[in-house]
Amino acid sequence: MAIVLTLAKKEFLLEWRQRSVTGGLLLYVISTVFICYLSIKKVVDLPTWNALFWIIQTFIAMNSIARSFLQESKGRMLYYYTIVDAESMILSKMVYGVSLMVVLSIIHLSIYSLLMGNPVQDFTMFGVAALLGSIGFSAVITMVSAIASKASGNIGLVSILGFPVLIPILMSTIRFSKCAMDGLGWVVAQKFAWLLIGLNLLVVALAYLLFPYLWRE
Amino acid sequence: MKLAGLQWWKWLCIILLTYTAWQGFMIEVPRMAILHETIRNLFFHVTMWFSMILLMIASIVYGIRYLRTNLIENDIKASACIHSGIFLGVLGLLTGSLWAKYTWGAWWVNDAKLNGAAAAMLVYSAYLILRSSIDDEHKRARLAAVYSIFAFTLMLAFIMILPRMTDSLHPGNGGNPGFSNYDLDSKMRTVFYPAVIGWALLGAWISELEVRIRIIARQREQQ
Repeated sequence: MAIVLTLAKKEFLLEWRQRSVTGGLLLYVISTVFICYLSIKKVVDLPTWNALFWIIQTFIAMNSIARSFLQESKGRMLYYYTIVDAESMILSKMVYGVSLMVVLSIIHLSIYSLLMGNPVQDFTMFGVAALLGSIGFSAVITMVSAIASKASGNIGLVSILGFPVLIPILMSTIRFSKCAMDGLGWVVAQKFAWLLIGLNLLVVALAYLLFPYLWRE
Repeated sequence: MKLAGLQWWKWLCIILLTYTAWQGFMIEVPRMAILHETIRNLFFHVTMWFSMILLMIASIVYGIRYLRTNLIENDIKASACIHSGIFLGVLGLLTGSLWAKYTWGAWWVNDAKLNGAAAAMLVYSAYLILRSSIDDEHKRARLAAVYSIFAFTLMLAFIMILPRMTDSLHPGNGGNPGFSNYDLDSKMRTVFYPAVIGWALLGAWISELEVRIRIIARQREQQ
């Protein structure tokens, strides 16, 4: 566990040292929302507001987490291979990915609400939906990024392989957050919460079991 | 065990599918409003999707086997299962779409079950792209196995759970009665179960041919 935290700390440190990359991500979030705002002004229709939010969220996740393994050079991966085990490696990448995604979601949500209005009725539930969705997104993309980095190191491959796998999590999150928007209460929404928790656990468990096979070259 | 040059299960496949094709069109089916004769699609569409799911599970199993043993034969088997799975999946989509046109009035509707099916086909396509992007045989086998186990397990969970939780037009979901409710005298079951086994065996047969061809091609290359 200590190794996982150390590795995650290293990721944050790297992120902090390459502030231009982080700044680029922020700019990406802001300009994407701004383009949507310019194109459709105010969204009156609730499902569209929700769907647009999650589509932007998907692309943010794709752009920020895809680098996770692709940014590591071959030499550095070899070095990690000699000092840490596979399980700590994938868990630390996921911890880092989830934290990054949570921060980006908060920023995204505030800018999106500022420009497009915020018709959400149950904020706590929407927050839970956003949190669970972000965990699922970053876990899936981290794993796909690991596969793509071994295949060709091409960032396009991450989106080709990632989008179909994201669909289950995306669909459940959209339904869950729609319940939050309509203020339907936990009696209706809890089944989606459990489904999302279940899918997230499944993704993390599969990544934990499968990553060692990607790791050894 | 071979009979007249063919293995026994291939004969079984021929017999079951001939039976399905004949009985599927000939038996008495319940007369239902709107559905009418389209209810016969149960013997083709539903059973093809069942077999596709079985082939998907088979490819996951061969993927796990490859990761454990590193034998390239397991990878060839896994990818052959996926190829015939795509074949049955496309047939399932076409028969389903045709059925939807005559009962729901549209070729495609936005529905949890249908979207799950489309998502499964997308994962299949992504798998093919992943395979074609890697040259090294063992690396391709390893990455394809990891991706297929990862993606198909998620996809199976998704296809099984989500349609049961939301409203769906599809029979058997969201308060819509499944075909078992119409089939009062269990007559349709006498064709349905043989059809599932028949299509699954056909899928296995196609995969087996591909496996044999590719193993021979590989041996020739090595000589």
